[in-house]
Amino acid sequence: MEAREYVWKGAIPLQIQLHESEVTALPPPPPLLVSHRINPLIFFFHCFCFEFGRETLISPNVRASQILAPRIGYLPLLIPRVKPHFGGALPPGADTVWFDYNGLPLKWFIPTGVLFDLLCPEPKRPWNLTVHFRGYPSNILVPCEGEDGVKWSFINSLKEAAYIINGNCKNVMNMSQSDQSELWQSVMNGDLEAYQQVSLKLKFGVLEDEYIVKKNSISLRSKESSADTDMAGQAKTGRIPVRLYVCGATEDFDELEDAPEIDNWDKISYINRPVEVHKEEGKYFTLGDAVKALLPAIFTDKSFIDEDVSKTEVEDDKNAPCVSQGDNQDVSGSAEDRTEKNCEAVEPLFSSNTAELKLLRIHGIEPQLEIPFSWVVNNLMHPEHFLHICVFLKVARANHR
Amino acid sequence: MSGVAGDGTLAPSDFRVAAVAFAERWKSAVSALPPWSWIPRPKHPWLSNEVDGYLALENACLLGSSEENRVGCCGGSEEPNCSGDDEPVDDATLVQSSRDDVHYYDFHIIYDSSYRVPVLYFRAYCGDGRTLLLNEFEGDLPADSSEALVKSKWTFITQEEHPYLNRPWYKLHPCGTSECIKLLFQSDALIRTTSGAAELYLLSWFSVVGRMVGLGIPYEMMKCENNT
Repeated sequence: MEAREYVWKGAIPLQIQLHESEVTALPPPPPLLVSHRINPLIFFFHCFCFEFGRETLISPNVRASQILAPRIGYLPLLIPRVKPHFGGALPPGADTVWFDYNGLPLKWFIPTGVLFDLLCPEPKRPWNLTVHFRGYPSNILVPCEGEDGVKWSFINSLKEAAYIINGNCKNVMNMSQSDQSELWQSVMNGDLEAYQQVSLKLKFGVLEDEYIVKKNSISLRSKESSADTDMAGQAKTGRIPVRLYVCGATEDFDELEDAPEIDNWDKISYINRPVEVHKEEGKYFTLGDAVKALLPAIFTDKSFIDEDVSKTEVEDDKNAPCVSQGDNQDVSGSAEDRTEKNCEAVEPLFSSNTAELKLLRIHGIEPQLEIPFSWVVNNLMHPEHFLHICVFLKVARANHR
Repeated sequence: MSGVAGDGTLAPSDFRVAAVAFAERWKSAVSALPPWSWIPRPKHPWLSNEVDGYLALENACLLGSSEENRVGCCGGSEEPNCSGDDEPVDDATLVQSSRDDVHYYDFHIIYDSSYRVPVLYFRAYCGDGRTLLLNEFEGDLPADSSEALVKSKWTFITQEEHPYLNRPWYKLHPCGTSECIKLLFQSDALIRTTSGAAELYLLSWFSVVGRMVGLGIPYEMMKCENNT
């Protein structure tokens, strides 16, 4: 699968600086400069092609390390490559490593590519991070016990994904030590082939690629995940593991550089909830459908244009903005709000209950919402079988209307 | 149709109903312990929440140095309303002690959308607010919990990020919950479909899980009321 190969090879150029309070060597030796070339990421939906093949001048007083970080990897795994560059400058004592971006401590259990897509809506190359070897903010950040800690977190997420898809974690719990080790190594090394070999044994099942299935074929998918089956290779369940990171801004933005800066994790709503896939006759379940399942109150300012599918613009707008749940405490959800929704809105309809989708990113690309969700899942999921999606919304101010 | 699923999981719509009922029962049966309250999740109108909050019991205190693990009621103020004498089968005792010895606990019962079960999160801290690490409060836990902890470090009590609060909390791993509940409900299939099934689910779940962290359920709470 071509797309999966590109996903596994995707990387972020990082420039990592040691926090100034931890520099003890004087004067700091010249920074480490390495030039890299990245394979272009070419998708036939949206192109996001970039190169980084030049040397970067840094101020001579700044110690920095430049490395390529795999998108599907995790920051703590970079430490063995980063530390030697700073080793001589560190104060004495034990290391407790953590990273920050513009002062925001980075959650190490979120894949590097996702952190980048979320915190750098206008992609910066290189991405400037600060590394700390002391002073772990353990009141804010879950402790990380090195590679083992990251591996445990990965396996745990894999178990969760297995439970969501299969209704039980047996396939992961029953993995042999050597299989588990091989799987983890393949992730650390970015070795897709090795990963696929081990992963086949896990029998997760593939979400049926809807765009190659004829419309009148019988759906193998049931709406509810039935409990006791752990059948191999069949798309039998409607639950897909998704992790959604939502950033809402009250100011509208059309340029990425004006997208809101995140200086606090409380500004991000993290939704770790499976998407239930519902298949209707003659239609396929799209990425947009999946996002709306998780965020029913959002809408886009573009209409859905889909030649293959019979749903009309009018029909789609009827489904789009909706008020929040009935027992909601902050908004009355009055009848007026509901009747205000109209179809064929050229202008986005905007009430305090709704939000406009400005940007959706997966692995650094912005897939069109009409793409079959099955394709997105099968090709863009991370190795632990979760699909991570970053979403930027324009929301109403508190006193709007 | 509300009720408990045959696979031991709880539907999201039932969680809130069950949680509120659980809190009510607790309040009437367990006056010497802090009450549970429903905390609405910080909510934006544009977020769809299957479950829009969680149950919290906060500022429960445990004496770090006592031999018996007792959970008592200690508010921030010196309220003398925690007399344990008249309470039947209640585990609460309040003993004055120096600040340093006292460990405080916050417990949150949060619904897990992936496993479709409630999960217990908790945090331990001392008088000055400093969060305690596992090795500092391990002694507070019932003996068999500590043992299980030692045997399977990675799968029993783990430190993870609180789903809503962006802070590290401790969590009892939910992986085996549905199996456990399934067994509890197996003996009487009819129970699953009664109107109080979700509430019974939460009570049963808590009777197992709460025990692991020293929170017992008094007998009164488990009394079955057929007409509810």
